[in-house]
Amino acid sequence: MYAVIVGGGKAGANVARALLRLGHEVSIVEHRPSRFATLESEFEHMARYGDGTELFVLEAAGMARADVCIAVTGDDEDNIIIGQLSRDRFGVQNTVARVNDPRNQEHFDLLGIAPTVCATNSILALIEHEVPQHSLVHLFSLRRENLDIIEIGVVQGSRADGSRLGDLDIPKGSLVISVLRNRVGRVAHPDAVLDVGDQIVAIAEPGHESDLMKIFAGDEVALP
Amino acid sequence: MFVVVVGCGRVGASVARSLVEDGHDVNVIDQNVEALGRLGDDFPGNLLVGPALETTVLERAGIERADAFVAATNGDNTNIVIAQVARDRYQVPCVIARVLDPSRARFYGEQGLTCICPTRTAIDMMQSALRAFATQRAEEA
Repeated sequence: MYAVIVGGGKAGANVARALLRLGHEVSIVEHRPSRFATLESEFEHMARYGDGTELFVLEAAGMARADVCIAVTGDDEDNIIIGQLSRDRFGVQNTVARVNDPRNQEHFDLLGIAPTVCATNSILALIEHEVPQHSLVHLFSLRRENLDIIEIGVVQGSRADGSRLGDLDIPKGSLVISVLRNRVGRVAHPDAVLDVGDQIVAIAEPGHESDLMKIFAGDEVALP
Repeated sequence: MFVVVVGCGRVGASVARSLVEDGHDVNVIDQNVEALGRLGDDFPGNLLVGPALETTVLERAGIERADAFVAATNGDNTNIVIAQVARDRYQVPCVIARVLDPSRARFYGEQGLTCICPTRTAIDMMQSALRAFATQRAEEA
């Protein structure tokens, strides 16, 4: 596989190292002269100097034959443009883009740049997982595949409280995959009896959150 | 008509002022408060300070009811992204982006975005001035 990485910061350089270890071919594009010099001493000819939002730079990096484009610069507008150019100008099938400011996620979504990775959102999801403020936590989104992995705490008085998992009417398009109790996770089994404080992990198509919330958290709880 | 202009440099400020002279309503966004000073104290439109990529800023400027949107910040990629946001998310009927890089301007032009490229204009004008001189020389000889 041939990967063109645009943005040679810590994320870009480590992705390059990991792909090289797996035996893939890599180019890494960087426009800051001092950073480029560092990359060049490690990656030699695989490091390429230039602004990765310029067409001639991407062309010289061989974007046209890339299997995947990885846009991980520190600027969200640049990552969006790199994603669009690689897909629409060079016909690259797979793009992964970094979202630096979570407020810009909506622009990536609007312009069809997916999948995306956002460190801030990942950290927030982990905090929510460790110290839940709401009864529903988004653990992971497969945006392009249209699937969310969510976690819901079982609330007292909800339909789930004291019920067998198999007796609950889980809506189509969603699936409970795990029950967490006292920090131990078990793969969901229909015979598991749920208790207050348990957390269930479900995989769901969009739009099922409120139905799942009603079952596990009761009717009164508002979505975060 | 009502126009939102993003980026209050020489281009953005002049476009905003001439639109006002023509009797249009104009709101201007720039992330730098000093840049907005270019418009002068008597500028009648609303001035907003903030990053153009932020939808709250665009919405406070009234993008949802804008007839036209001008993206003239000093960043090509910022202009291309916010122009697409104005077109695809807010359905602004007329969207214009200033793009200095001729190859990006051409590519996004082919994708249906109205891009004004001052660099391309400068290249064309210099070429035609030089060609005219060469022709004149040839005729004199």
